[in-house]
Order: sequence, then structure tokens, then C-alpha cells
Amino acid sequence: MSAPLSRRKLITAGLASAAGASGLAVAVRLADRYGLIPPDHGGIYGVGETLTYAAHRPLLSSHSLAREFDRSKISKVCPINGFPPENETYQRLLAGGFADWRLMIDGLVTRPSSFSLAELRRLPSSTQITHQACEAGWSFIAEWTGVPLSYVLSLVGVLPQAKYVFFFPFSEEHFPLGKKWGSLDMFDATHPQTLLTYGMNGQELPTGHGAPVRVRVPRQVGFKSTKYLSRITVTDTVKNIGNGLGSGSLDKGYSWYQGI
Amino acid sequence: MAKSASLPGFATRVPDSLDTPRHSALVRVTHWINALSFFGLLVSGFAIMLAHPRFYWGETGAVGTPSVLDLPLPFMEGGPSGWGRSLHFLSAWVCVLTGSFYVLSGVLTRHFGKHLVPAKADLSWGSISRAVSDHLRLKVFGVESSFAYNLLEKLTYLAVVFVLLPLMMWTGFAMAPAIVSVFPFFVTVLGGQQSARTIHFIAADFLVLFLLGHIAMVYLAGFKRRVGTMITGQVAAGEDRT
Repeated sequence: MSAPLSRRKLITAGLASAAGASGLAVAVRLADRYGLIPPDHGGIYGVGETLTYAAHRPLLSSHSLAREFDRSKISKVCPINGFPPENETYQRLLAGGFADWRLMIDGLVTRPSSFSLAELRRLPSSTQITHQACEAGWSFIAEWTGVPLSYVLSLVGVLPQAKYVFFFPFSEEHFPLGKKWGSLDMFDATHPQTLLTYGMNGQELPTGHGAPVRVRVPRQVGFKSTKYLSRITVTDTVKNIGNGLGSGSLDKGYSWYQGI
Repeated sequence: MAKSASLPGFATRVPDSLDTPRHSALVRVTHWINALSFFGLLVSGFAIMLAHPRFYWGETGAVGTPSVLDLPLPFMEGGPSGWGRSLHFLSAWVCVLTGSFYVLSGVLTRHFGKHLVPAKADLSWGSISRAVSDHLRLKVFGVESSFAYNLLEKLTYLAVVFVLLPLMMWTGFAMAPAIVSVFPFFVTVLGGQQSARTIHFIAADFLVLFLLGHIAMVYLAGFKRRVGTMITGQVAAGEDRT
């Protein structure tokens, strides 16, 4: 092989890798600007999480709706995963039928407010019969009734810089933010099927399914539908809260975005 | 350097040029990347399955509802499915991107037409049963096997590339709640989310069968030489067609 040719090859390869590297840098910057990078983008698994999240966001931009089913499809067996919070306040509220429970909504909102169960029930309600799959593999179909989270967020006035909505269950020993605390981006938080759910299959939300109120996120896997809510916080970042990655389930290896 | 081909009846199988590698760089690179991603998918898929080693048909299923398949394995909920899912989706991206590149390039370079699609005449039951009995009697490792795929190899590779792997992707997408909100037919044509999960598991079993068969055949044909050819593209010395 002649020397000029190999030099040309070398230059071509150098230019190509420089172009590739700067192309990647530009892609990352653009992806960040358009909200295509999930909180858990670090590490080797973060590559897969980022590809999935960045692929889903444009795909779902039409606000596609999760499938809804006929009443006859409601499952006879609706399994319960986990246990209600081992928290004195929670047990006392449960015994009192949650008459004294209030849901605090704070953070980047113009009017931080709290809502009683009765107040939430008086807001415009929405009912959906949707499929809920646990990450483990089992699933069921149930009817869920609640108020769209987007409506409640509009009442408290979300500030323009808001990016995430955090959901905190009642705290427990070793879990100051509650077990399975988590967050959604504004896109999923304001989706029309994202509900603050207080009813299930025509009855009050049963204790094991997250009484008094759980969020319902039918376009993601079950554990994103946080149960036993005590507080909702709107933020512009996932840092400074718990592990700084937007979800307590990450500590057990479960990724933040669960549209799969 | 390869010598001229002179085996009787062999001329038709000689590649365009004797300097052409047995496996093109495209085939070799994508083969090994996909071998790695397949290993990742297999290990992580098993880890995920351990969370609930029970399978159903239709839209829903859980302990307390009828199943179609109960594996004699413990339920390990909250255990290995965390890292399992992360590894599974990372490996799936590698497998799908590499696989798409392989299929696209394979079409453009006519790799499939030249090396994998069997001749019409070979597609009779006679040829197929002969190929099967040749395999069963292990009479398929002659010198010509170093230079071209036999009928059964062609059919198997085509089934893996164009049937099993696309089915894995499809049933995988059918289990994703976000994806089926955009494309509901992904799951409805399969009869439901649990059906998709069950088909995903069965198709995975066929892929494992393929892997075992593939490794067994490579072993029987001479493991070091065949793996060497898949790395370098060159057929080992002593296998020249003289």
C-alpha cells in the first residue's frame, strides 16, 4: 500500500471520528434541550434508559391514550403488592376513614395548597378502565376513578420552569420520603389519563391499593402509580431529593421511566 | 492463497473471487456484537422471568387466576428483575440496532440472496429430508461446509433473522404500555398483554434451542477453526479446496 493512500486514510478516519464525536455532543445537547434525557442517564444502563426515553417522547407526543376496556373485562383478581405504611399518623387516618387526611401540593406552584379527600371528590372526576401491569409480570384490569392531576395542578398554578412532579407516600422508618416515592415529567403528569385516584371498581380505593389516594399512570408500569399519597411537590430538577435520581425504586435497580 | 477449485460438482458454490472472505466483515462484526447482546438478553430475560415464573393467556393474569404454564421455579419478586430489566433493555437496543444494520446491509449487498436464500430446486421435501438426515448422521462437515451454508443452515438462519427475532421485538413492544398506547394493534392481534408475554417466552425458548444447536454444530465441525473463520473471515489452512 502506498504511503499517500495510508496518510489519506488516516486523515479521513481522524476527520470521521472528530465529526462523530462532535455530532454526538450536539445530539446530547439537543436531547437535553428538548427534554429527552431521563434522570437516570448515568452509567452503562443509562445509555439504554436514555435511548428508550428519547425514542418514546416524540413517539408519544400526540398524547396517545392507554387502551380502555369494557366493564366486562374488569379482573376478578386484583392482586395487592406491598403493605400499607407502618406509620402512626397513617394508621390513625385510616381508622378515621381519612376524614382528617390532607394532600399537600407545594414546590414550584403559585398557590401551595392542601386538599382533603372530600375536596378532591368535589373536583371534576374522570373514570377509566385500564390495564395495570406489575414489573414482575402479573397484571389486572380495573376501573379507576379520580380527578385528573392536570386539573389539580392548574388549580395550584404550576410555574413555567417546572419539569417534574414528585409523589411522596407516608414516611416510614428508614424511608423518610416514603417507600416507593417517585416522580413523573410534566408530559406524563399532565396526561389526561393521569389521575389522583380515590375510587376503584365503583368503591372507595381499598387500603392495599393505596388508600386514600394514589396516582394512576396507565402508560407506565404499575409501580409508577404511587400509593398512599401524602405530598406532591413540583420541581425543576430531580437533584436534592433523596438519591437525586427522581425515584426511590432506583435503589433497588428499577429505572425511572417505565413506559418500557 | 487458495488454489483453484477442482472438486467435481463444486464449481457452482465457489464465491465470486477466491480472495473473498468466507464471512464478510459485516457478517462477522454484527455476529459478535449480536452474540454479546443475545447473551445479555438471555441472562436478563431469565432474571426478569424469575420474578413471576408463571404464564397466562389473554389480557390479564396473576396468582389466583388460571395459568397456561407454571415453571418449577421460585418467585423472586423485587429481586433480580431490577438490574435484569436495565440489562434487558440495554441489550435489546444493541441487538435491534445491530440487527437492523445487518438486515439493511444484507439486503443492499445482496448477502441474503447470494448466501442464505435456498435455490428453488432445493426446497423440495426430498432435499429437506435429505438435509435433515445428513445432519442427524453428522455427514455435513465435509470440506465444502467450510465454504457455503447447507440447506438446513440457510433455513435456520433465515428463520432466526426473519421470524424469531422480529417476533421477540413485536411481543416485547406489545408488553410496553406506552408503545401500545400509540400502536394498540401490537397487543390486540396477539390476544392481550399476557399472551404477548407467553409468546415472548416461547420464542425465547426456540432461540435458546437454536443457540444450543448452533454451538453443537460449530463444536462438531471443529470449534477453533470455525470460530477463527468467524473472527478473521479466512478459512483455516488445510481446508483449501484442492
